[in-house]
Amino acid sequence: MICLRQVSAGYPEKEVLKGLNLSLPDKGAVAVMAPSGYGKTTLLRVLAGLLPIQDGELTGLKDQKVSFLFQEDRLLPWLTAEKNVEIVSSPEKARFWLHEMEIEEMNQYPQAMSGGMQRRVALARAMAFGGDVLLLDEPFKGLDGALRARIASRIRGVFPLTVLSVHDQEEAALLGAAIIHLDQEKEERAWQR
Amino acid sequence: MPRDELIRERDFALFAKKLLRRALLGAFWIGVWALIAAVVGLPKLLPGPAETARALVRLAGTGVFWQSVGMTLLRVALGYVCAVAAGALLAAGCWRFAWLDALLSPLRTVIRATPVSSFILLVWLWLKRSHVPVFISFLMVLPIIWTAAQEALSAVDGNLKEMADMYRFTVWKKLRYLYAPSVKPAFMAACMTGLGFAWKSGIAAEVIALTPDSVGKHLSDAKNYLEYPDLFAWTVTVILLSMALEAALKAVARKRREGKG
Repeated sequence: MICLRQVSAGYPEKEVLKGLNLSLPDKGAVAVMAPSGYGKTTLLRVLAGLLPIQDGELTGLKDQKVSFLFQEDRLLPWLTAEKNVEIVSSPEKARFWLHEMEIEEMNQYPQAMSGGMQRRVALARAMAFGGDVLLLDEPFKGLDGALRARIASRIRGVFPLTVLSVHDQEEAALLGAAIIHLDQEKEERAWQR
Repeated sequence: MPRDELIRERDFALFAKKLLRRALLGAFWIGVWALIAAVVGLPKLLPGPAETARALVRLAGTGVFWQSVGMTLLRVALGYVCAVAAGALLAAGCWRFAWLDALLSPLRTVIRATPVSSFILLVWLWLKRSHVPVFISFLMVLPIIWTAAQEALSAVDGNLKEMADMYRFTVWKKLRYLYAPSVKPAFMAACMTGLGFAWKSGIAAEVIALTPDSVGKHLSDAKNYLEYPDLFAWTVTVILLSMALEAALKAVARKRREGKG
């Protein structure tokens, strides 16, 4: 189980998470919901190990391989879609996940792709990287309804644990995720809907 | 007509148009030069294009001309290549280690601020005459490459760096897929600027140090013996070589770009 106890984290100019208590299960999917600025992305960055905690304790993530779909796509502009994914995995895995994300033109460069395509390539990269925990920051940004449902069905259950930040419950439901409203006053348990 | 052939024809037409425009521009300025020379009317002091061309043909018919051009090219190229390599290494070192940057940045400022003639006169006392242009070319190009590469390294997108850390890129992968492509445009632009500096400063060093078997020495001799048509011919040679070198570097850069799709 991943536990955050009295965790405070943020940036020099602003402490975003203050004394957060949260428990996440080892398996399943958890969606973090909150209005903008409440620290959804900060929480994911703490879980990814990209943002050090200033206070408190984080346990249960040691020796876990974490894959992270950032809020921005962060594709390397000088590499094709295929190479962007291949760079974190094997050529076979890259092609498999690009195919799963319905990217047919694998030799396109990011600047030639639509926003939705770039998002799917970034998703393919996060999936191909593999690991124990998948962190998704607004994974369906720029994807239309039908495509969103198809993509969600393909990423659902691939990683033992998926933690995502979303804006609406519908997106969480696509991945069958338990919802946590980021309320910093009390401990939430992911498996309690 | 097949599409490829149409594209080739269009490209050829564009190329011909560009060439014609350049030729017309060149002809205009040569005309201006001829007019001024005719107005002055002193071909020994201000030779026109015809006298200069005659002098150039005469010089190009001698082995000394080609030997001097070859040796000058070799010296400048040596200084330039060493400066590009050293500039890249210093940029990487200073970007990575703040203490090294603090230690070496005053040196860079001094090199940038000191007039090239001061350096030439200084190293003239310490080095062999044939080594002066190599060192001066090196010294003039070094801060250009160093500064541009270091600034470009500092400007690498932080989001992409974080992505590379997250996806556990190895050092080699980071260098190859993140840092090198990020730095390349600024680095290539600096290389292009540096080439002009290397060429001009190298020849200036040859003129002052009177380097044997060099274009600079012939320039100096032509001035001393008031052989102005020769002076103009050597100057034209310098300009043509500079343009050729720049075109060659651009072609290499373009080829590498195209090769990578």
